Amino acid sequence: MVPEWLFQLKDFISQPWPWWVAGPMIALIMFILLFFGKEFGISSNFRVMCAADGAGDMADFFKYDWKSQGWNLLVALGAMFGGYLASHYFASPDGAVAHVSGATIESLKQLGFNFQEGQVPLVPEFYSWEALFSWRGLLVIVVGGFLVGFGSRYAGGCTSGHAISGMSALQLGSMYAVIGFFMGGLFMTYVLFPLIFN
Amino acid sequence: MRMSKYILIGILLGMTLYKAEAVSWYRIFEMFHFQSFHMYGIIFSAIAVGAVAVQLIKRTHMKSTEGTEIVIQDKDKRWQRYIIGGFVFGLGWALAGICPGPMFILLGSGYTVLIVFLLSAMTGTFVYGLLRSKLPH
Repeated sequence: MVPEWLFQLKDFISQPWPWWVAGPMIALIMFILLFFGKEFGISSNFRVMCAADGAGDMADFFKYDWKSQGWNLLVALGAMFGGYLASHYFASPDGAVAHVSGATIESLKQLGFNFQEGQVPLVPEFYSWEALFSWRGLLVIVVGGFLVGFGSRYAGGCTSGHAISGMSALQLGSMYAVIGFFMGGLFMTYVLFPLIFN
Repeated sequence: MRMSKYILIGILLGMTLYKAEAVSWYRIFEMFHFQSFHMYGIIFSAIAVGAVAVQLIKRTHMKSTEGTEIVIQDKDKRWQRYIIGGFVFGLGWALAGICPGPMFILLGSGYTVLIVFLLSAMTGTFVYGLLRSKLPH
């Protein structure tokens, strides 16, 4: 028999996690990686994957010791497992919902997303194969992916590498990068979203 | 065990970002509208705890399991690549509502279409590699 406290633990983990649990947990992950002599940064994996596919023949940027970066691919693989476990075994009691604020629900309405309070899905419906056949879905997945891949390498890191690792180490460059992230994000949100959605 | 520990670290990362809803397009939307403290709380508390950890590492000259002192490489001093590259990344982050970590996490939770996002991101990185010498840094 499975002891009762294990079920209680499962229920406890299944609640939505507050920011003050998630933030320190991310810092812990960064610390553990540093302890193993590695630096936390997920977007480097795109470079590794390009290099592993032979991109080194076409650009020197991909001629480097990518085999020493195998550990980072394992972190990404683990993140996939983590996503699987969280969504299949530790689902929130009220379902896969994003608990966004009332103000956000109003802003979403202005762009044509009509959700009731507490009904905003965790994942939007345009993350689907069918949506790829609409210009909007194509824009979000294909153009969005391209910009993330291009921009993260140009800036030398993404949210994990700059906003977390770099800012924790008080790196001025990372602060510039985070300013850049927000300039781009705000431009997309306030200038381009009204053209894309609606 | 030598390598499998990285998978465990990844699982912890995936569970954390999924359960804190940081993988959600709507949470990123909310963040860029400054309508909740949630995402800022995650980022700021991670930086605050992380900064204490980094200072601890530096002041105690902590050694990694590799046996050498932990060094955190300094980033470039120039700002151009960070602002321009960061701006491009920010456009994609807000549009797609996911950054590289959450992409892997949602891919694992069953959104297989994100393979297309992954291939697009690899293409973006590849194009950067091709154009690198021609871009301001």
